[in-house]
Amino acid sequence: MADKILELKNISKIYGSLKALADINLSVNKGDWLSIMGPSGSGKTTMINIIGCMDTPSTGSVILDGVDISKENSASLTRIRRDKIGLIFQQFHLISYLTAVENVMLAQYYHSMPDEQEAMEALAKVGLKDRAHHLPAQLSGGEQQRVCIARALINSPQILLGDEPTGNLDEENEGIVVDIFRRLHDEGVTIIIVTHDPEVGDVARRKIILEHGRLIDDIDQSATFGEALKLKSK
Amino acid sequence: MFWRMIFKTLARQKSKMLMIAFTVILGVSLSTAMMNVMLGVGDKVNRELKVYGANITVRHKDAALMSDLYGLTEGLGVNDKFLYEEDIFKLKTIFWGFNILDFVPMLDGHAILSVKGRPGAAGDVSLFGTWTEKHAVLSTGEELATGLKSLRTWWEVEGDWIGEDDNNSVMIGKILASKNKIHVGDAITLSNNGIVKNYIVKGIFNDGGNSDEKILMNLSEVQKLMNLSGKISSIEVSALTTPDNDLARKAAQDPKSLSPDEYETWYCTAYVSAICHQIQEVIRDGVAKPVRQVAESEGTILNKTTLLMILITILSSIGSALAISNLITASVIERSQELGLLKALGAYNWQIVLLVLLEVMITGLFGGVIGYFLGIGFAQIIGQTVFGSYIEIAKMVILIVAVILFFVTLLGSVPAIRYLTALKPTEVLHGK
Repeated sequence: MADKILELKNISKIYGSLKALADINLSVNKGDWLSIMGPSGSGKTTMINIIGCMDTPSTGSVILDGVDISKENSASLTRIRRDKIGLIFQQFHLISYLTAVENVMLAQYYHSMPDEQEAMEALAKVGLKDRAHHLPAQLSGGEQQRVCIARALINSPQILLGDEPTGNLDEENEGIVVDIFRRLHDEGVTIIIVTHDPEVGDVARRKIILEHGRLIDDIDQSATFGEALKLKSK
Repeated sequence: MFWRMIFKTLARQKSKMLMIAFTVILGVSLSTAMMNVMLGVGDKVNRELKVYGANITVRHKDAALMSDLYGLTEGLGVNDKFLYEEDIFKLKTIFWGFNILDFVPMLDGHAILSVKGRPGAAGDVSLFGTWTEKHAVLSTGEELATGLKSLRTWWEVEGDWIGEDDNNSVMIGKILASKNKIHVGDAITLSNNGIVKNYIVKGIFNDGGNSDEKILMNLSEVQKLMNLSGKISSIEVSALTTPDNDLARKAAQDPKSLSPDEYETWYCTAYVSAICHQIQEVIRDGVAKPVRQVAESEGTILNKTTLLMILITILSSIGSALAISNLITASVIERSQELGLLKALGAYNWQIVLLVLLEVMITGLFGGVIGYFLGIGFAQIIGQTVFGSYIEIAKMVILIVAVILFFVTLLGSVPAIRYLTALKPTEVLHGK
């Protein structure tokens, strides 16, 4: 039996009379590549916020790497997020006045200690070594997203969490990013991605569908995994 | 990394930080000016108030007792009690000797006045002898210039003051001169105890008090006429004093009621009661008493001036804090996505608060240094304009201003800190 890295047990998130998530149960194994899909307002972002330790569920429990984090306070969640989660955003969220390598080092700074050489290696891994000393404004959208991925990876997180990581990219850059995910998956990194894009959703090994806060489908895509990747990645 | 972020943020937000620095410059310059003036104004205001004359009188203890018990200011038991002229320079040897600005001996007397060619202008008149101007070198080597001229600045004098060694001239009070139709330049004769001497009227003074019916002479002349060589009736002292507080009032009742620590504090502070106490220690048989009206006016004016300065300092600090608060909050709201990202990357609240506070503190320090030197300039302008002299720069103001600046910046940052701690990364990173 594979090691579970994440387990959501009867998770609900309630805002007033609105149930953003309703009684969700989900297990993610180490090294899985999971995509979360669903229409707007289906609860994808709420789910990723809870998994990313940026929010807590109203009921139910979140077991991350064997530890229930659903009742942790804000400071503990910050520590857990820093140590175990790598975040990728749709809008990249790079600090505009720091260079690419400095943006990567920023995540190191809040985790342990900045190491420029290590940050350069992370950028090399996403093909941006020669753009390391450029400011975000001097990089294309795809390059900025790759810096964001390097920043997410720099502290060797247990889960790489992406919120629409290809949402702002053209097709070419989307392919590059998906290819990076493929390599990371090959290296054993656990990847969880929220996406609207069916093509990006299809390249994952597993896909879940949310609707009105409920998990309505859990699809194992192992059979088509290689083919979809070939079509999508470059 | 931390400092790199701070300095890059400062460079990037140059205009906003310059606005904060400008606010700090205004607040600090005003506080620095007010505090320097406040600390230096005591002596300046006191000196200004010296136009109201002496604030301490020293009399023989028996004469003082008669005055206290029966309200007597002349007659037996008062006029026949004397202090020693030779003691007078000891005033400058007391602990607060440096604060004694002017002092004059006074000797009251009387004589028969006659005016040549005016037989009606004759009769018994009151005299008082003093130093109109006195220059002396003390045993300490200090040069002294004092005299009644410095203590009666309000006098209107027709003619001239009599000089330091002018033993053949007198000044006459306006009422006495008017009664006897005496004019400047007239010759008069004064006689007492068989001594007869001619004098020239050098000036006619208008005091507005009892002195206007008296004749003013050099001390030595009255001593000769009264046959009281080396004797004086009283001493008028003008001293720089600190406004009374509870300790001073307690000490004024009875210095023996003070604890050793209180006594030391009181003795080493320029309270009028402490100076009086020290004067009594050096003047034989002397009792020194504050001229309450003058001493209290000085204290009241000084207290009110100080209060005004403190109020201006407080108000300018509050104004700065409010302005800083608005600017920092606006800056933090503008950067909420960036700061939310830091939280998402694992920064604790305190780390982000520290980052923002340091940015503001560095800006504040920059503004504070400029504001301090600008404030010194303002203080000098105030000193020159109001008091006609430079204000001494008090080093302790640096510390006070630094503390005020720290707390003003900190207080100004409170709304921004509250916003930061409540900031949820999910809200700003998803663009809600």
